[in-house]
Amino acid sequence: MKKKTNEKETKVLNSKRIITETISGISLKAIYVPTDIKSLNYDRDLGFPGEYPFTRAIRETMYRGRLWTMRQFSGFGTSKDTNKRYKFLLAHGETGLSVAFDFPTLYGRDSDEQISAGEVGKCGVAISSLADMETLFDGIPLDKVSTSMTINGPASVVWAFYIAAAENRGIKSHILRGTIQNDILKEYIAQKSWIFPPEPSMRIITDIMEFGAKHVPQWNTISISGYHIREAGSTAVQELAFTLADGFTYVEAGIKAGLDVDVFAPRLSYFFNSHLDFFEEIAKYRAARRIWAREMKNRYKAKKQESLLLRFHTQTAGCTLTAQQPENNIVRTAFQGLAAVLGGTQSLHTNSMDETWALPTEKAVLIALRTQQIIANETGVANVIDPLAGSYFIESLTNEIEKEAYKYFDKINKLGGMVKAIENGFPQREIADAAYRYQKAVEEKRRIVVGVNDFVLDEEKIEIPILKINKSVEQEQHKRLSFLRKKRNNSKVQKSLKAVKHAAQTKENIMYPILDAAKAYATLGEICNAMKEVFGVYKEPPMF
Amino acid sequence: MNKKLRILVAKPGLDGHDRGAKVVARALRDAGFEVIYTGLHQTPEMIVTAAIQEDVNAIGLSILSGAHMTLFPNVLKLLKKQKAFDILLFGGGIIPEEDKKKLYKSGIGKLFGPGTPTSEIVEYLKKFFKTE
Amino acid sequence: MTIIENNKDHANQILHRIYHRTSHAWRIGITGPPGAGKSTLVEKLAIDFVKHNKTVGIVCIDPTSPFSGGAILGDRVRMSSLFLDPKIFIRSMATRGSLGGVARATNEVCDLLDAFHKDIIIIETIGVGQVELDVAGIANTTIVVLVPEAGDSIQTMKAGLMEIGDIFVVNKSDREGADRLMMEIESVLEMKNSLRTPPVLKTVATEGHGIAELYNCIIEHQKYLVSSGDFTKQKREKITSEIVELVDSKIRSNLWKNQKINTYLTQLVNKIIKGQQTPYNASEKLIKIWKTAGGK
Repeated sequence: MKKKTNEKETKVLNSKRIITETISGISLKAIYVPTDIKSLNYDRDLGFPGEYPFTRAIRETMYRGRLWTMRQFSGFGTSKDTNKRYKFLLAHGETGLSVAFDFPTLYGRDSDEQISAGEVGKCGVAISSLADMETLFDGIPLDKVSTSMTINGPASVVWAFYIAAAENRGIKSHILRGTIQNDILKEYIAQKSWIFPPEPSMRIITDIMEFGAKHVPQWNTISISGYHIREAGSTAVQELAFTLADGFTYVEAGIKAGLDVDVFAPRLSYFFNSHLDFFEEIAKYRAARRIWAREMKNRYKAKKQESLLLRFHTQTAGCTLTAQQPENNIVRTAFQGLAAVLGGTQSLHTNSMDETWALPTEKAVLIALRTQQIIANETGVANVIDPLAGSYFIESLTNEIEKEAYKYFDKINKLGGMVKAIENGFPQREIADAAYRYQKAVEEKRRIVVGVNDFVLDEEKIEIPILKINKSVEQEQHKRLSFLRKKRNNSKVQKSLKAVKHAAQTKENIMYPILDAAKAYATLGEICNAMKEVFGVYKEPPMF
Repeated sequence: MNKKLRILVAKPGLDGHDRGAKVVARALRDAGFEVIYTGLHQTPEMIVTAAIQEDVNAIGLSILSGAHMTLFPNVLKLLKKQKAFDILLFGGGIIPEEDKKKLYKSGIGKLFGPGTPTSEIVEYLKKFFKTE
Repeated sequence: MTIIENNKDHANQILHRIYHRTSHAWRIGITGPPGAGKSTLVEKLAIDFVKHNKTVGIVCIDPTSPFSGGAILGDRVRMSSLFLDPKIFIRSMATRGSLGGVARATNEVCDLLDAFHKDIIIIETIGVGQVELDVAGIANTTIVVLVPEAGDSIQTMKAGLMEIGDIFVVNKSDREGADRLMMEIESVLEMKNSLRTPPVLKTVATEGHGIAELYNCIIEHQKYLVSSGDFTKQKREKITSEIVELVDSKIRSNLWKNQKINTYLTQLVNKIIKGQQTPYNASEKLIKIWKTAGGK
């Protein structure tokens, strides 16, 4: 096959646009040809949908049988406020729930603690007790919906609230479906909402995995996340490598704790970002599936097919949204959502256009939901499985990203594994460097952000409605909590907290006493403090 | 001799999103400032105590959690209480326009939103403290 | 402290006035390679001193970027639990061009902390380059902190490090290789011919293990210095070098400010380029001119 003449290439080089790499720094050629993938072997490298190595798809029918779950991450104010928003979204066609908690809750603090002042209900819903959880899902059939909860440090407690809320309605834990994020490693790397140090956190996670396997078998006990790593500034390769490395660490922890890999692995799920470089993202998802399947089979000797499947939720990239000309964010989100679908995501959240200003208004979140519905019903992309397979470019890029990811795996192994790497600050440093490089590229206009460093409007007026959180939320929570503390059986609460402390000090599964404490209406802060007394609190080595 | 501008960069409250604060700290360093980074989860007391011990010229707060109408005023109040009138309080994050206006009225310096180039922050500080 | 860091002349007046109030504080220098956990150790040590009813001043030093002249002073971050303790004062300093691991003004900043009644002053340095020597000149007790990281051995450590430590600490001693490292250090120290063999301790700073022992070693070293007369010797050396440095720096600045000298310098450089002189006879010439100008 003859190569095109150099004339055309020179013309491209002389023009102002010089494109040599993806947003993550992977080299790009002008054009990809059959020789770029000449060593590709269909059965070995791609496989059919639902067949090892699952590069094309984890299920045989994919969206042809069932669309991805449309799951919009939401929460703000009190549980009553958020309950209303959930009902709104469900009525408009959302197919799964996703809970956003406020900062105090994320850190295991009650709404009335001093450190929570000013933060209650501001960027998520305030949940301080089982009572709040019950209000949150009032009128929502917990036996019919699946709920994802973005909670990490205090995941054990918040999950206990959910399970207890369901039980109080006569719904057995065996039929509950959902996910808790519970990915403490990425907290240390990126999201920073940790409570306890790494070792006890890992122990809690293995307790959760064991409890889940026995009592809540349809629940995903970890959502191993790359989203936040990407939001903190990493490249696509770093997102992939660090997330999978975290995943392998959890697998090893589970095996070390004596659990059978085929029992807990099927309930591990992933959470990726969908960023701007369209094809790079699609290649990333495909590489992810292939790497996971291969490592689970060969390194961890998983035997069940379910253990080899990388199931993931995707959120479109918040960090790419602009405060300037926010309506443009609708377009960015649409492209990012499309990339996730072409990449085979099981579940998707699309951001709202106003999220660089505040939490989404009803109008904005509706547009975001409609974006998914248009992709699903109007574009036709969901009608064929893995439609981009075989593209010289896509297969080449998938291979390239996989190769780069393995380079990171080697580095991490040399450092003694992910936990050691985190203690050394390795992933944190890589991310901070990548974030700084990106910022420099934007400031030097080597990377264009429409509306920010080019195509700017001189006198901008924001014409979209902005959500305001009522000041009374904090006071309301204070009232609810003092009412709760009076009404409940306080000696029962004290007893249950002692049991939590005791379990923390021994090898007992800590979920059982936590569940009891939850049912006794102990608050989030009280239960977490009991654990803090034994486990201590984590302090980070900050990296620049 | 070496007269340097010292800036304290802090993340008050529970917000753990420090990508911006770190990028700004680095940019300030590259522009010749001495940056004292206090880390996450700082209370207003911790921030002001550090600012005074370090005798900084300015404090930069990064707040993305919506708690700015509590945290900025608290820090300002403490600075006044400690008679540290010459320390500039500025910052950035997710702050709606009308809140910005209220904060400016109370004596807070410039607030930089998403998309601000770091060079703008550097220019602002250099101009404010009148150095080249 | 800012005045001291920024303005030499005015600073000297302040330092002169407070001098009689200095040399009550015990200065502890903490040095070692990056990643050794020095900041955590400093934090735990400071808490221990406060428990023993002492007030503590902490000076943390980080490198100034040679390109931009700026710095990120990130040691304070690791001590956030100390921020609100009224008995503890923390100051971060950038090296500002100083080639060692301490800033030019570190000694004077310590004097200030001393004059303001801090019982203990802990100086944490960045631990690279010829650092170690600098901090030893300021501290009464110098602690060298090492960690058993893979591949590190004493052979790769700079010779100076082993010379200046009054106390050696193997931090992160719960890691593999801690015992081996400890033995290596001990054997090197034994080979030195000195009246006092520095003790070697194991700590896990993050857990607080070994801190009480370290505290005791410091007290023990303090007693030793005073009783052996070494403390007085140290003091004399310090004062001498302080005077020498002050005079040195004054003379230098006067010399190079002199217009005549500067003009001659340019001329001489031109002559050297033309091959008519060498730097050696040129410098002799300059010194002669300086002397005849009354050395002003």
